[in-house]
Parts: sequence; structure tokens; C-alpha cells
Amino acid sequence: MFTRHHERTGLARPAFRPAGPDSRRRERVPLAVVLAACAVLLVVTMTLGVGIGSVPLSPVAVWDVVAGGLAGHPENTVAGIIVWQIRLPRVLLAAVVGAALTTAGSVVQVLVRNALADPFLLGVSSGASVGATAVLLLGAFASLGVWAISVGSVLGALAAMAAVFLVSRSGSGLSPTQLILCGVVLSALFESVTSFLIFRGNPQATQSVLFWLLGSFGLASWDQLPIPLVALAAAMVYLLAQGRTLNALAMGAEPAASLGVDVRRLRRNLFLVTSLMAGVAVAVSGVIGFVGLVVPHIVRLVVGSDHRRVLPTGVLFGASFMVLGDLLARTIVAPQEMPIGVITAFIGAPTLIVLIRRRPYLYGATQ
Amino acid sequence: MSLQLEGLAVDISGRRIVTGIDLAVRDHEFAGLVGPNGSGKSTILKAIYRVHRPSAGRVLLDGTDLLSLRPKEAARRIAVVAQESASEFDFTVREMVMIGRTPHKRSFDGDTAADHGIVDQAIERVGCERLAYRRFNTLSGGEKQLVLIARALAQEADHLILDEPTNYLDIHHQVEILELVAGLGVTVLAALHDLSLAALFCRSIHVLRAGQVVTSGPPGAVLTPETIRAAYGADVLVIEHPDTGTPHLIPRRVQPATRKDPSASKSWLPAPRPAAGQPQPDRVRDDARPPRPGGLQ
Repeated sequence: MFTRHHERTGLARPAFRPAGPDSRRRERVPLAVVLAACAVLLVVTMTLGVGIGSVPLSPVAVWDVVAGGLAGHPENTVAGIIVWQIRLPRVLLAAVVGAALTTAGSVVQVLVRNALADPFLLGVSSGASVGATAVLLLGAFASLGVWAISVGSVLGALAAMAAVFLVSRSGSGLSPTQLILCGVVLSALFESVTSFLIFRGNPQATQSVLFWLLGSFGLASWDQLPIPLVALAAAMVYLLAQGRTLNALAMGAEPAASLGVDVRRLRRNLFLVTSLMAGVAVAVSGVIGFVGLVVPHIVRLVVGSDHRRVLPTGVLFGASFMVLGDLLARTIVAPQEMPIGVITAFIGAPTLIVLIRRRPYLYGATQ
Repeated sequence: MSLQLEGLAVDISGRRIVTGIDLAVRDHEFAGLVGPNGSGKSTILKAIYRVHRPSAGRVLLDGTDLLSLRPKEAARRIAVVAQESASEFDFTVREMVMIGRTPHKRSFDGDTAADHGIVDQAIERVGCERLAYRRFNTLSGGEKQLVLIARALAQEADHLILDEPTNYLDIHHQVEILELVAGLGVTVLAALHDLSLAALFCRSIHVLRAGQVVTSGPPGAVLTPETIRAAYGADVLVIEHPDTGTPHLIPRRVQPATRKDPSASKSWLPAPRPAAGQPQPDRVRDDARPPRPGGLQ
């Protein structure tokens, strides 16, 4: 009121602010409020995601079918089949993958202490691409049928992860700089293997490879859900238990050690947890860029950097972001479907640029 | 003996950085670790706060080998303030100080009212109440250092390790930080660059050269021109601090230099205070260098 009066009257602001706990007002928003808002956002985006499409359905109709399905007797109507068999698994998978990539991104950024790191930095996506490309172009694991791509990409992701881990390991454990450099170098190597396979492969199959490389939830089904969901849940339990030590690690390896953190063990575990989450996400949906990079930033902007707040918020917000992205991917050029990686890049890149320009001190511009 | 190093040696990537370090800090003592760049000050401190593992020798805390403690137990005994910045992440001052509670907490433990009380007290102790909700990254160097001390206080350790805590700080903050630390009543081991400042605050000083302790003792006995020449290869004049009588070091030019303004002769020295008739004690304890024309004599 005091300052507003002065602004209104056009008088100079008083040189002295009235004494009082004015800094209190800048306290963070309570976590419960943020989580409740994000939960509402997720429910709304998921309802929209299930309702919108070539056969539009009202939110009430959507929830009727869902309630019926949960009770164990899905409706045998057209709406029932569209919702229960096609759209719901797709929306749920998008939510789980969005949550997993956001979580992996938040953690990788602490692991390498670089705010511009993303979950694919450590070679997981390029390794998975080699595996998936080998399946699509060379017919590897053909006996596994629809699971072939998933198996191929998981194996590729694991191989890449192991390679990055072994190459960047040194006497003092995993160091951030070595992780970044080895991840970048090995990613480039795997990408050239993918390019080689595409170059040697047949042109028709190349189309599906490119589509897969940009990511899609078009092949989502119920049986794809359990593995990513379990991986996400297990990772979240571990990471929430490490909330404080993640904050300490964000201070740097040496301060973390002085705060009683076993840095070597923590880094190794974080590497494994994030790579597995990213690998599982890539296996079911292809390489969806920018989510793991941008969403953690948006989340930190709202809740700060305390990981006990960042991680749960990221799960809900990342899920909403991906559901919305997938909704756009399949409606913008309907009846065709766009790769979701195109959408996330179109949203993510400008967002990131705005963030970088607004907060230069976070990105080293003033240091 | 509160903190004791016995024959400590540390190797980094196969190279021995410090060797045969014997050093003891008594309870509630403020001890200084000085020596030229690269003499192993930080390495010794990092062996104490478990970043480096000793290759030989032991670090004893009240007689217990530090390595036999679990990391969290050790962190409840020893807190550290070093040069650092959390520039990649956006923590408020209060959140930074709360991170000091880490070694007291198990997985999933929330912040209790007791934790908030300890954090508030720590922030109050360093006089940063008005900064409590500011972003750490937006603080000045001196303010950051105060906050890091508050974080160490929230850690509730009875030993404080400081690694050049006054680097890059102005003279006001240098004195403020060390005065604060000296008043905490905990056992302190601090690596310091400014020898005069070290003399002003430390009860004992350990001088390092090339990874070994050259000499240890109270500042007055240790900081002599001879020791400084031996450890640093630098020529200095040592005078007495007019308030405390502690040694104060004045660097000398390598090239012979003449006084720029002869009329300002000795005006920087305090007015002499000896009793009348007594011969004035030599304030300048010069080494054996011959007096130069236009010099101090």
C-alpha cells in the first residue's frame, strides 16, 4: 500500500522502506499448493487428451468409460473402445514418459552440475537408436514381434550406458566433465552407426526409422505401460530418499563430501537410475527431445532448486507437458500424426531461450 | 588434542603432494595453515574433510581415526567453509543453510521445527537475517561467505575447517569473517594467504613448504623474515602490530627502490609510546640485509 501510493501519485519512492519482515513475502510457494495445482493440470490435460480426436468425447463421457474400465467391465461401445483401447493407454504412456524424462533430466543436471544437461547427454538415446534402427532395418530380434523394437532399443541403451560409464570412470569416480565429454563423444559415434545403418538399409524402412527417431506414442498399448511405470516409481522412491543429498551434491562434490555424502556411490547410483529411466522411456516412445531439458527449468523457476520440491513437482508437470505435446502432435495436422519430438522442440527451444535470457546469472553469463 | 595429524601423506594421481605432516590443534584453538601456492594447504584440509584419502598416516579426532567414522558421523564433527559457488542452481539463503542439516538427517526425514530453529539461529549469528530469502547467487562475495559460515554452523560441528575464507574479500569483510569465526568457540584450522591477518587471529601457525611443515608455533615465533624467506623465497620486513604486538609483514621490492616522497618519512608508523628516557625498541626486525640509501634506517 505504501509503495503503491507513491507510484500512483508519481512521487519518488521513499528512500527507506518501512522496517519489517519484507523478505518473508518472497518465501517459496508451499509445496502442497504447487502439487495440488499440478495434479489438477494433469487431470485436465489427460481428460482433454482422451477426449479430443477424430471422434470427440465430452469429459463426462471420458470419465464414464474410465470408471467402467476401472470397475473391470469396459463398455463395448465405440466410445468405450476408443477410450479404453486406444486413447487412454496412449495418454497414460505419454504421462509416464514425460514424468520419467523430466525426473531423469533434473537428476542429470545435478549429476554433471550443469543446468544445460539433458537425460540423453549420457549417450542413452543414441545407443537406443542404434538398437531400434538395427531392428527396423536389419530385422534383428524378428522373433520377438512387436517387442523387437523395445528390446533392441533397451539393449542399445544399456550398451551405450555401460560404454559411457566405463570410459568416464577414473580414480576419483565419475567426474562431471568426463561424463559430459564421454557422453558427447560416444553419442556422436553411435549416431554415425545409426546413419550408416540407414545408409545401407532399404528406403521404405528408413521412413519408419526417422519417425521412431523423432518419437511417437502412436503404438501405445496397455502392455507397454507396466515396465516404464515400475521403473519410474522405483526411481522416484530412491530419488526422494536422496532429496537432501541431491541438494548437497548440487553444491559440488567437495562440499557434498564435507556434508557427509558418499559422493562416489551417489554419482554411480544417479547415473544408473537416470540412464535406466531414459532408456526405458526411449524404448516405448522413441527419442523425444527437450522435455528432460526444459521442464526441469520451468519447475525450478516455480519451486526453486530444493530437490525435495523439484522432483515431485517435475513428475506431475512433466507428465502434463508430454500429454499436451502428444495431443498437439496428433491433432495439428490431423488425420496425419506429427512426431512428438517436433512439437516438444518447437515449444521447448523458445522457452529455453527466454529462460536463459531472463536469468543470465544461472547460465554463467555474468561469471 | 582435538584435531591431530600423524605422519599424514597424500598422493594425487600418483604424485605425493604432502608428506610426513605432524600437526595438532588444541580444543577451541584457532590454528592457521600458511605457505606458498601449491605447498599443500588445501590438500591437507581435504584429507581432513575426506575428499582425499591419506596414503600414509592418520587424521585423529579426539584420538579416533577419522576414517573409522561413517561419512555422516564425520560431517557432524567437522564442518567446512571453502571457496565455492552454487551458481548453476537457485537456492535461497535459508535453503543453503538448511543444507547444513544434511549429516543429521536420514532418508525421508523432513525439516523439523528444531531444524528451522537451528537454521534461524545460524543466520542470526552471522547477521544475515535480512538476506534470509534472497537468492544465494545474487549475494556479494562477502555475503556468500557469511552464508557458508552459517551453513557450517547449522551443521553443529565442533571443528571448523576454512580454506582461504577471505580470498577476494575486501578488508572489512576479511576482518569481519575471521572475527566471527574466532568468536565461535570451536576448534578452527584455517588455510590463510594473508600472513599479517593470520598473525592477528591465529593462536598457532603452521608453515608449509613443498608439502612439509617447516615450522609451527605462535605467530610471533613463526613469522620471522628468515622463515618467510625459507618458505616463500620472499624478502619481507616484519614489524609489530601497534594494537596486538603480533607480527605484521611488509613486502619489499625485488628491485632496489627509493622512497617516493621523503617528506612522508615514517608517517605510517604510529606515534612512539615508550616511557621517557627508555631506549625505543626496534620496531623493525629486519634481517641481515644491509641498509639501502633512502631506506628505512
